[in-house]
Parts: sequence; C-alpha cells; structure tokens
Amino acid sequence: MVIKTIEDLNAIKVAAQATIQERRNSQKQIIIGMGTCGIAAGAKAVWDAAEAAVKKLGVKDVVIWDTGCIGMCQKEPLLDVALPGQPRVTYGPVSPADVERIVAEHVVGGRVVSDLVVAKL
Amino acid sequence: MAEAIKIDSVPNYSDLPFYSKQRRMVLHNCGTIDPDSLEEYIANGGYEGLANAITKMTPAEVAAEVKKSGLRGRGGGGFPTGLKWEIAAKSVSDKKYIICNADEGDPGAFMDRSLLEGDPHAILEGMAIGAYAIGADEGYIYCRAEYPLAIARLKKAIAQAEEAGLLGKNIFGTNFSCTLHIKEGAGAFVCGEETALMASIEGRRGMPRPRPPFPAVKGLWDQPSNINNVETFANVSYILRVGADEYLKFGTEKSKGTKVFALTGKINNTGLAEVPMGITMREIIFDIGGGILDNRKFKAVQIGGPSGGCMPESLLDTSIDYDSLIAAGAMMGSGGLVVMDESTCMVDVAKFFLTFTQSESCGKCTPCREGTKRMLEILEKITDGKGEDGDIERLENLAQAIKNGALCALGQTAPNPVLSTLRYFRDEYEAHIKEKRCPAGACTNLLQYNITDACKGCGLCARNCPAKAISGELKSVHKIDQSKCIKCGVCMSKCPFKAIIRK
Amino acid sequence: MELVKVTIDGITVEVPSTFTVIEAAAKAGIRIPQLCYHPELTKEGACRVCVCEIEGAKGLPAACVFPVRDGLVVHTNTPKVRATRKAVVELLLANHPQDCLFCQKNNDCELQSIAADLGIREVPYQGEKRKAEKDLSNPSLVRDPNKCILCGRCIRACHERQGLDIYGYINRGFKTVVGPAFGFGLGDVPCTYCGQCAAVCPTAAICEKDDTERVFAALGDPKKYTIVQTAPAVRVALGEALGLPAGEIVTGKMVAALRRLGFDKVFDTNFSADLTIMEEGSEFLERVTKGGVLPMITSCSPGWINFIELKYPDLLPHLSTAKSPQGMFGALTKTYWPEKNGMAVEDIYSVSIMPCTAKKSECVRPQLQSNPGLPDVDAVLTTRELARMIKSAGIDFKSLPEEEYDSPLGTSTGAGVIFGVTGGVMEAAIRTVHFLLTKQEIPGIVFTPVRGMEGIKEAQVVVPINGQDVTVKLAVAHTLRNAKILMDKIRAGQADYHFIEIMACPGGCIGGGGQPQPVNAEIRAARTAATYTADERNVLRQSHNNPEIQALYKDWLGAPLGEKSHHLLHTHYGKQERKL
Repeated sequence: MVIKTIEDLNAIKVAAQATIQERRNSQKQIIIGMGTCGIAAGAKAVWDAAEAAVKKLGVKDVVIWDTGCIGMCQKEPLLDVALPGQPRVTYGPVSPADVERIVAEHVVGGRVVSDLVVAKL
Repeated sequence: MAEAIKIDSVPNYSDLPFYSKQRRMVLHNCGTIDPDSLEEYIANGGYEGLANAITKMTPAEVAAEVKKSGLRGRGGGGFPTGLKWEIAAKSVSDKKYIICNADEGDPGAFMDRSLLEGDPHAILEGMAIGAYAIGADEGYIYCRAEYPLAIARLKKAIAQAEEAGLLGKNIFGTNFSCTLHIKEGAGAFVCGEETALMASIEGRRGMPRPRPPFPAVKGLWDQPSNINNVETFANVSYILRVGADEYLKFGTEKSKGTKVFALTGKINNTGLAEVPMGITMREIIFDIGGGILDNRKFKAVQIGGPSGGCMPESLLDTSIDYDSLIAAGAMMGSGGLVVMDESTCMVDVAKFFLTFTQSESCGKCTPCREGTKRMLEILEKITDGKGEDGDIERLENLAQAIKNGALCALGQTAPNPVLSTLRYFRDEYEAHIKEKRCPAGACTNLLQYNITDACKGCGLCARNCPAKAISGELKSVHKIDQSKCIKCGVCMSKCPFKAIIRK
Repeated sequence: MELVKVTIDGITVEVPSTFTVIEAAAKAGIRIPQLCYHPELTKEGACRVCVCEIEGAKGLPAACVFPVRDGLVVHTNTPKVRATRKAVVELLLANHPQDCLFCQKNNDCELQSIAADLGIREVPYQGEKRKAEKDLSNPSLVRDPNKCILCGRCIRACHERQGLDIYGYINRGFKTVVGPAFGFGLGDVPCTYCGQCAAVCPTAAICEKDDTERVFAALGDPKKYTIVQTAPAVRVALGEALGLPAGEIVTGKMVAALRRLGFDKVFDTNFSADLTIMEEGSEFLERVTKGGVLPMITSCSPGWINFIELKYPDLLPHLSTAKSPQGMFGALTKTYWPEKNGMAVEDIYSVSIMPCTAKKSECVRPQLQSNPGLPDVDAVLTTRELARMIKSAGIDFKSLPEEEYDSPLGTSTGAGVIFGVTGGVMEAAIRTVHFLLTKQEIPGIVFTPVRGMEGIKEAQVVVPINGQDVTVKLAVAHTLRNAKILMDKIRAGQADYHFIEIMACPGGCIGGGGQPQPVNAEIRAARTAATYTADERNVLRQSHNNPEIQALYKDWLGAPLGEKSHHLLHTHYGKQERKL
C-alpha cells in the first residue's frame, strides 16, 4: 500500500501493532541479536542451533527472527524468548550448545533457564 | 544443570545497572524490533515525525523546531543542527543535497553501525525531514563498505520506504520529493570530514578542502549541501515525532537530549549506552560500566577518538556535555569511550592514536602529513627508552604548529591525544624520558626482568629462555643478562617459585 | 566588478571581491610565501606556508584560498604566523634530501628560497625520509619523488591545462606520494612529455632530463663537428634565466654564447621554420586542391604529436606529414651539410636548443633518422639547460656582444620566428599560402585573427582555389585541453575547418615546458610581445622570401613536396600504446 496521508500511516500503524500483538499472543518467539557485533560473537551459529533445536524437539507455533544490537556487548550472543502472554526474556552469552536447553526448558517447558538469563524486557 | 526459576524473579532490563541510568530515545528500537520490517518501525511511531514535518509544518518551521530542541551535531563538533539547516535553507539553488555521514571511523566506535543495523528507517526518516527543511530533493548516505550489514539493511529499508511512498516522489501527497542513495566508502578515516566525504561521493580522492566556501553554500557537485551524522538524523526523527518540548527535558542548558557512547576498554560492562547529557563520567564508568575490570584502579578515560583527549580521575565528575568536555581538553566526538586502568601507559595511548591519525592522514597538508609523523617518531623514541631532554618541548611545538596550521578539523585536532596526556600525565612522560621507566609497566623496552633470591636454581627459566639470556649453576640463584633479554616474559611465567620480577 | 576594502598588516587596499587574501596582499606590497599556490592553477590551500591570522576566522587560514570580503583584517607577520610557517617549512625539509648544493634546481628552487627567507638555520626534526626510486623511464623528464613536497601543482597543471591526469596522490599519511597511478613511470603511461608539470614544480621533483654533460662532452671532443640550432621561442626567454628581464630579445648574445661554448656552427631553427612553411603550405594546397584529408593539422609540437598518437590515433591522417622545424633542421645537418662540406656524417654532432621537453622525445623517434641508426639530432637542450651551460662555462652573458648566425641555414624571416607563439605557424602559413595562390603578399603583411591568448581561435580567409574564391576556415588551439575539444569535434564530424594549428603548451612554445621558471601569464605576454617585435624587426617577413630557402631548393632540394623533400622533410606517425 502506498501511504498518501497521515491517516494512511495511522492505519498501517494500527494494523502493524495488531499483527505484532497477535504474534505475541499466538506464537512462541525466539529472537536473536544479529547486529554485526552479535554475528561476530557467534550469533549465526546460535541461529542455526535454534533452528535445529526447534526441529529436533518438534516445537510448534514458534518463529525465529533477528533484531539489532541492544548494547550489551559483553553478553553477546544474545537470544530472547517470548512466550504468548509472557515478557520477553534475554539470555546471554549463549553458545550453540546452550540453545537446545533453552528451547527445551523455556520455549517448550515455560521455565526460565537461570544460569543464562540476563533480564526481561 | 542450573535450576529453572520463575519468570517473575528475572530482573527487568530497567533494573540492570547497565540500563537503569540510560535513557534510550534514539536506540529505543535497536535490539527490540526486526530491522528489516517497515511495519514494526511504523508500529513504534515510525515516520510520524516525517508526516508531522511535511504535512503540518513549513520547512522553516521544521528547522526552527530542531533549533528549539537544542540538538547539536552528534558527529563530533557539536554544531547546532537547526542552525546548520537554516543556513543551508537560505542558499538559493535549484538543486540541494542532504547527506548522511555514516563513515564511522573512530577506533572502538560503533554507535552508528548499531543504529544503521538496528533501526535503519530512523535514519531515512531523519534525512527526509532534513531534506524538507533545507529544500533538497536528493540525498546520499555515505557508509563505509566495512559495514556490509548496515548497507544491506539500508538498501532494503530504502526500497521499502519507496514502495510505501515514504521516499520518492510526492511524499504524503505533497510536492515534496526525496530520493536517497547509498555511497559506499572505502574506509578512509578522513572521509568522515565533510568536504572529503563529498569529494569521495563525487568519485574523487577523499581529501578535505579549505572552507569557506562552506558545504551549505557550495557542497556536493558544487550545490548547497547539508551533512549530518547517523545519530543526529536518528535524533531528528525522534524530535519531530515527540516535539522539541519533550526532547528538551533531557540534557543540560547547552547540550540537550542524549548521547550514545561505545563503552570499551578495561571496564566490566562493555557496550552501547545512551545517556542523558549532563550525566557524569563517573556514573557512566562506575554505574553503567560497572567499574574497572579485575578491581584495578581507574586511570583515565579517552573520549572523542583520535580528535579527543584523556580525562584523569580528578575529572570523573565532569558533566558530559559539549562544552565541559572541550574545557577538559577532550571533546564529545562521535562517542567512543575507552577506559584505562593503572596498567595502561599514557604515552603508549598517545602513540596509539598518533599512529592512527598519521596513517589515516590524507596527505594533503604539510602539518598533518609530516607533523604527526615527527610527533609519532618522538613518542616511539620515548617509549623505546631513547627519550631525551627537549622531546616534550618538541612535541608541544609540533602540536601547536599542527593545531594552528592544519587544513581540516581532523588535522587540527590530531595532536589532542598528546596534548591532553601531557596535560594530565606529564609525569609519565618524564619518567620515560628521565628515568627510562614506564610507570604502568606497559612499555616493553623499558621493562627489566630480574631474578630474586627466591630462586632455587632449578634452571627451568634458563631452559625456556628463547634468547639464552639466563645463566647460573644448578641450585644457585640465576642471573639475567639484560643485554640479551628480549623481554618476552617466558621466564616469569615458567618460574615455579615466583622468583622473577618485572619492573 | 565589485571592489572590497581589505586591511593587511595595517595597509588598506581595494581589490576585486573575487580575490583571495594572497592576491590582496600582493596588492598591498606583501608577498606571502607560497608553495602549492600557483596564480594560474586552482587553489588548494594544501602546503600551509601561506597561513596568516584573519580577524574573526578560526585557526590560521591559508591566505591563498581565503576569500576577501569588505572590512577583512589580516595579519601576515605575527609571531604565531611566523612560528607556524617556519614549522611547516622545517617539516618539509625534514622529509627532503637537503642536497641543495648539488641539486639541478639549486638557486632556482622555491622551497630553497622560502627556507632562506624564513631564516631557517636548522631542521629540528630528524627521522624517516621518503625513499623512492627516481623515474628515469622516458627521454624527457626525470622525477625525483624524494624532492617532492606534495604541493600538487603538477597534478593540477596536467589536469587543468592539458586535460590529462597523469599525476595523482597515492597512499595516505606519511606514505603519500605524487605520481602516475600504480607507481608507473611517466614512460609507461600516456604522458606527452610536454613538461608543464616541470614548469610549475617548485622544487627539483620534476625536471627536464639533463643532457648538458653529453653536450659538453661532444663539444670537448676534437673529432666532433658540432652544429647547433636554436628554436624561435628560446631567444625571447633565455635572458630571464641569466638575469635579464622577461621580454628581452637576446638572439645576438645567445649566438655569441653558443660560439663561446664551442659550437662549430650556430644555426637557426627559424630557418627550418621557413622551410616547414614551404612544405606544409604546399601540402595544404595540395590537400585542398586535390581532395586530401581535411582539416589538416600542424605537426610542429612534439607534445601534441605524442598526444594524438596516444589519444586520437584514428585522426593521424589529419596531421601534416611535414617534419617539425627541429626535425627538418636535423635532417639537413646530417645530409645536406656533410654532403656540401665533404664531411663524414658520423663526425657531425647535431644539437638543438628548444623551449620544450617533449623535443627530447622527438629526436629519438626512429622515423627521424636520415641515416639509418643515426639520429638527425643528437641532443636536445632546453632553454633552462642552455642557461646552466652558459653559467657553468663562466660566460658573462649580459656583457656579450651581439653576433650573427652562421650562413647558409642561418637566415630566417619574421614568419619563422612567430612559430614560437600560438597562432604563429598559422599566420606564417597564411602569409605564404596567400602568396602562392594570388602571387601577391597579404595586405599589411600580418594576419592578426589568429593572434592572442584565447584557448581556441577561429578565423577565415578567402583565397582563389582552382579558379574559385574559397573561404578557408582556420582554427588555432593551444594546450592539450583545447586540442582535445577540437579533436572531439573532428571525431564527431562537426569540424568544418580546413587547417588547424595546435601547440601543446599555453601560449605556444614561449610557454613551453623547457622555458625558464617562473612563468605566468605576464611573463608569457612579454615573451609573446618580444616575438612579434622580432618579426617586425626582420626585413624578410614571409618564408617564401627567404633567399637561403630559395637557394636551398634551387641548389639541392628541388621543389617543395619533391622527391628529396619527401625523403628528408616529411615523416609518418603511428599509434602509441602504453599502460593505462
């Protein structure tokens, strides 16, 4: 859609917020910090591990997406988990070996992995 | 395996020391949204600033709003952005350009990269607002090619914005059009200087030219042009969205809003922090940064990159704003903060920055090209233990000549790391020169390894010494021949009795 | 033009608003030191020796680039200014061989004189110096990067005057050098050897290749019979290098000096300029009447010849096949002269004095060997080199008597001397072509539409050809930048000229790359005026009226474009290929 007026922009804003909310309500989300800093710290391997873990554990209704840098360099790579109706929780530094545990415990089991957790958003 | 805990007991971001003193206005999307999604940007209020500007305000009102916000250039010099726009707006021409300086080149600085990668639309929106204010319809983002991800994200963002009618012809159904291009730079530090940057966009060697004429009068392809950096444009988007009055609430009298810093060095929490102007250096380093690594003693913080300076402990309570930093012999710069502890040699720090400015000098003007080389040679001499009387004076004379005589701001500020360390750490220079001693124990050529009486004569050090500098009978105290010692430190690490000391 | 008042060191002057501080200061009688600044090139503000204090401006701006405005107050001689300028020159010297005593530009170097003026007595900084190989890749110019101060004048001269970009800055920081891309030598890249870079170089970083020792050796060799020819533009410029004011005609003293240097015969290239007109004029008439390739373009300027062979080889058929005057004279010294005087050609050493560095590359062209393996001209000396030889031989130039050229081959006309200025070859040709077609001299002798310093001049002349009045269209260009414009026009089929004269250097040979330094518009104007004066003073004004030329054709050559002329006075061209 081509935005021609402020009203158009507002309509898109409302629709986008609804979509995002809908996603939050219905989907499990795994979000990986994929700025150059995150990638340099190993975020790509973490991404691959997350995809593998989701497949291996047969997790349904999950989406993996990437975001930029939130600033905590010393905790990279960062991996967030957001379950429907729950706050988004950040883990870091996450190694590919940690990912399956986070997916199993938090994404599937709904339990926070205490030794890797940083904060919730 | 650690036990699972309840989500309620997980701390909030805002409770973490690293975040509690931050004020994330510019970075509010970074690390939270999908940077490839225009929808997510819009959901968070994106492009409302642009909509406000071009559908409700005249160009002059937009510049006035930015002027009212007190926003100053985040790229280094701190020139008031609104005023810069007003000057460019006054230039009469059929063609004007808006340019984004994304040639972030200070060692250790990555604020702009983070913004470009994490929230690319914020930059595009700020540029479009700036273009409207000055009367431009075309713009360039000059981004170093070493930022491939930033470039990819920007390209995608531009395509999305064009498709949505947020860039291109007749934006929001008005007469205002704005096309943006990306120009990839080859990573020359000097291309961050605006006249060099424009030369580089034009396809010429990136070398600064004297001003006047200023870019606002004669810039890219001789047309009036306005250049701001990445963070400045991100601030603009925010200001036009929330209004200058809201923005004004943060900061000091003459430095409004926030500043993003890249916190590095001997500090516990490294990272990107966006803090309100007026915060003290102590708060940044000890509260946000969590203090010095390994509980060592703080020595200095380098701020402002190669153009900036080092601030000692006595200045830790300095307010972080443009003018206080200049008064302290440093500068805001683009936002690199390098924290140093007692093991950092300040002469070595000065040498590091001079090495950088010398190799990055464009070579055009004599003071910068030749002067920084001679300064660097003197610093090398001093850290090699070959310093002599008069070296400090020679450094000071050269620094003055470069400051007064260099063509561009990068050259004129190149001596700052030397001048500020001389100002606050002159005794360290003198110790190197007069006593041939590096108080921080960092200058290898000034170190001496010695074997104390704790030596049991096991011979392990002698066997491991690659220079065959250690001799002695078994079971008696060994000795290091200082003329052969290459100061590698292997002996010290091998000695089981801690009998070898370095000083 | 808007005028503004500027106060410099307390002196208020009124100057055009387009001036920069350095130009305003000159008007106030203050010469601010300058290295990268050149009055005829764009201003860079790079070297920083011209810094000054300007009230209201930050730091110390460079006077060469700072624009004046009404009420501007400038201080050029404060302690801060002096200290900074001194430091700048000390820094340049710290990265310089400091071998002034035995430098080719000793006493002729702008860096040297600024160091002297600023009272520099020592260089307080010792350290690394640039260590680069000399560029000896070509017959005309020598580059010594170690003497380069990176002022960039050569870069700008090559680009702005010649439309070429042989030079550029390479590397960064202390490693920055000026030179052809990829570190190539001038001989590897499409350099025309015009020497305009050398003409503006403030130091000895770019110089003519010095052939004086070779010539001294030949002069000292009893077996060699040395013949010298002097180009038209040398006589109006040589004096400058020997303490005389610009615009002084020193023909007689120059002849005397050459005899004292030991040349057996002193001849005049003006003579072969007249010969060129006979051949080239006849060739032009033949092309016009018989339908040859038009426009025909002159071929006297070797920088220009290199340029067209490098950049426009498809247009080579437009070039006149007539050799340059140097080339024709060289051929005579190695054929006519030994034949007439019963000498062995191997014993003859032929030297030419030229205002030109590219002539050094012309004389080694294999096409210019009348005797296989033997160059027609053995050595080319620039005006600057001749001046150095005169000084070296202890000749007090100013007190020399005026002497005459040897004869034959020494008599020339005013048409020959004006070869030295832009439009001169064309004017000389018109004088003769007009006569050849009408059997009458052109009224008033001169043909002024082709005179002047405009980059490209156009003119026309109506003459009877094949029984009909034809308007012959002429164009004259100097500098290769302007040549390029005409060549692109020809390529595009938009040039309906019949005859084009091109000179590679600004103003023609009087502004040649081998002429004394410094040179600027004023000095070129003085040399030009002197050239026209020399023409006026000559009783003979048209090449066809030169009695020695007439005799040469009668006794030996036959007719213009005849068999002998074809072999000795005409040449051919070919595409030159180099890197880049």
